[in-house]
Amino acid sequence: MTKTIADAIVAHCLKGLPDEACGLFGGDVSNAIVRDLYLSENMAHSALIYTVDPKVHLRADRDAEGKGGGILGVFHSHTHTEAYPSPTDVAQAPDPSWHYVIVSLRGDVASIRSFTIIGGVVSEEAIEIL
Amino acid sequence: MTVSVRLPTVLRVQAGGQAVVELDGTTIGKVLTTLVDTFPGLKGQVISEDGTLNKFVNIYINDDDVRYLQQLDTPVSDGDEISILPAVAGGAH
Repeated sequence: MTKTIADAIVAHCLKGLPDEACGLFGGDVSNAIVRDLYLSENMAHSALIYTVDPKVHLRADRDAEGKGGGILGVFHSHTHTEAYPSPTDVAQAPDPSWHYVIVSLRGDVASIRSFTIIGGVVSEEAIEIL
Repeated sequence: MTVSVRLPTVLRVQAGGQAVVELDGTTIGKVLTTLVDTFPGLKGQVISEDGTLNKFVNIYINDDDVRYLQQLDTPVSDGDEISILPAVAGGAH
């Protein structure tokens, strides 16, 4: 993803404080290049859990597939814990083909990491800033 | 009534890799029943064992969430677009 997109993800997460923030990202399915961000309100309005607005998901899905790509994954913030999938994240991961980006706002500087969650198995993957 | 049903990537494997399928039905429930009858691998993924909408999916008819309409009894019209989307949630808890 570009630095602009990475910065926009972190900015959305900071704006969402004290609650968790979330959104979807779409782009090229074959190489996981992120082209578009779809920022969502956290419908759970919670510092502990998040729910992406289904209407944002619908619009994102149509937009990403209309551009010949697809939804690549979801990002959300952890306000007081590390950027690693929680048991809730693993249990509720909706799609094994997605990338799960987590932003930790625990420290002075936000950290952003990405994971795959396949069959309950979490694997970290590098985020390449283009 | 023939409607198009858009499937999320996670369910396409059970539908022969198709992203969109054309199905007949008069209500959302009947369309989804036909969907599961056509692709038995989807059983339980869209409609729960008790016959209600699976809480982990959101079903849209065009731009409207059927949970705020008549749920599975929501009538459909020729050409409607039904979208099935997984609920996206999680959190640090």
